[in-house]
Amino acid sequence: MIERTPILNLMTHLILASGLVIILLPVWLAIVASTLTLQEVNSAPVELWPGDQFWPNLKEAWAQSDFGPKFVNSFIVAVGVVVGKVTLACITAFALVFFNFRGRMLIFWAIFITLMLPLEVRIVPTYAVAANALSPFQTIMDWTGISWLLNRLSGVEVSLQWNLLNSYTGLILPLVATATGTFLYRQFFLTIPDELVEAARMDGAGPLRFLWDVLIPLSKTNIAALATIMFVYAWNQYLWPLLVITDRANYGVVVVQLSDLVPDQLTTGGGTPTWHLAMAATLVVMLPPIAVVIFMQRWFVRGLINTDK
Amino acid sequence: MRRAHFKFSWIVPLLLAPQLLVIFTFFYWPSAQALYWAFTLEQPWGGGNTWVGWDNFRKVLSDPYYWGSVRVSVIYALATTVLAMGMALTLALFVDRQLAGYRVWRVGIIWPYAVAAPAVGLAFQFVFNPGAGIFSYINTVSPGWWDLSKYPWQAVTAIVIAGAWKQVAYSFIFFLAALQSIPRSLTEAAAMDGARPLRRMLDLQLPLLTPTFFFLLVINITDSFTDSFGIVDTLTGGGPFRATDLMVYKIYSDGFRGLDYSGAAAQSIILMGLVMALTFIQFRYIERRVHYT
Repeated sequence: MIERTPILNLMTHLILASGLVIILLPVWLAIVASTLTLQEVNSAPVELWPGDQFWPNLKEAWAQSDFGPKFVNSFIVAVGVVVGKVTLACITAFALVFFNFRGRMLIFWAIFITLMLPLEVRIVPTYAVAANALSPFQTIMDWTGISWLLNRLSGVEVSLQWNLLNSYTGLILPLVATATGTFLYRQFFLTIPDELVEAARMDGAGPLRFLWDVLIPLSKTNIAALATIMFVYAWNQYLWPLLVITDRANYGVVVVQLSDLVPDQLTTGGGTPTWHLAMAATLVVMLPPIAVVIFMQRWFVRGLINTDK
Repeated sequence: MRRAHFKFSWIVPLLLAPQLLVIFTFFYWPSAQALYWAFTLEQPWGGGNTWVGWDNFRKVLSDPYYWGSVRVSVIYALATTVLAMGMALTLALFVDRQLAGYRVWRVGIIWPYAVAAPAVGLAFQFVFNPGAGIFSYINTVSPGWWDLSKYPWQAVTAIVIAGAWKQVAYSFIFFLAALQSIPRSLTEAAAMDGARPLRRMLDLQLPLLTPTFFFLLVINITDSFTDSFGIVDTLTGGGPFRATDLMVYKIYSDGFRGLDYSGAAAQSIILMGLVMALTFIQFRYIERRVHYT
């Protein structure tokens, strides 16, 4: 707009600055705390300016929580969810948009409904499934009498067992079981002009060739957008890993490890709370998804807006 | 849906199978299981579940702790939503003026979205800590006045602020996107008519934001019902005296600590119903009225 509004401009900057201060304040306090010594962090009027103990604190917190392998685990889970989601969503949306078959709408709605109930709401039974991922099929076979039949025919007792507790699969698969990305792809595939498909067919491309050589190169933006939000989503998971992983030494993820650093009566045994370590760890755990969001800002915003989460 | 281009062939089931298997195993089966558990009771000495009808629900609904949990969940949902959306809307309106430094403001407001809930909880536990955080100032003036682990209202305030802090970015992104999609010609026409920027905010931009506003209202409320676990667990642990025992937290603690699967399942079903009702309202009444342009 070509208007001169010096006072309003000043006000705008002031309002935005105070908003930013509110948003940054807790993190600033955490940063300051992570740079102090144990005595300083617990001295009554809180320090507002950082000290010089950040690296020693971080080193100690890192060693105490054994963060090395846990960061690796967090990355494996986040990348696993991203890859699983990007692939599954893509092929599902492809089948739903470009093929005509009976029950297409039914399958579409069956997938769509999964957007409604987040994992947290159905956490108890999902955990039971993770303890034996084949239990649904076992139950179905028992009900329908297939187990009985097999037992009669071959003498084999049917008992399917696939324990997902304490495994990467257990961490990743349930997080992939939503419709989030399928929608993003579907919306995009619907905008592909008919002529493009016809041209590809004219040139003799089958469906898979069309998917690989035409659709996937065209959906790069979508893939980037979906990958960014899924990375953040997977990295920040807390409740699910907390339940599924009891063997923290081998499969623990950083976000769960963080909760062990809460300085309360349980962890310090009545001693002085180690806030400096807890805050150093908090900062380093926050960092990877923040970096992803800042560097991939465009894709991230796009992904968020187009998926309804 | 569009006209389909390829004929059905053996690859279709192959393409659909992985997703369908995953959602069947980890979505539909557990949801059905929750229903089954909600209407049955596990025998204490084994021997499977017996059908008990609505007993589990009756037990849950006659439990004063459950109603306490519902009450605080509603307070939490409304308070975080109002705080977060109010702040997001104000900031978005001013960021949208696109003055110098516009990109910096935008990044500065967006990044908290990426912070894990337990990290938010932990950082705020330090901020609100009576002995070490910023509230230690108050406690040096009147010792013992501020203590999250003693006073329920302070604990609730703390989780509301932490929750709102985490939600601001999400609403902000949507508000800003909606503001930027307002046609420039409208703004120009208003300016020609002599409407100054503040007048345009009130009379042009805000009314055009109503669809986004209602959309975010429902999403935020749903999110605060379902996505509160990380903050509660690290910040207050449900206490003091169950003052911050939000619904998801109660399901977790009854189910996994109390090993009361049937009670937890009944609570899950109630929460599922609530979330589904909210989603339904959104699709039925809100999505239909969004087309202004």
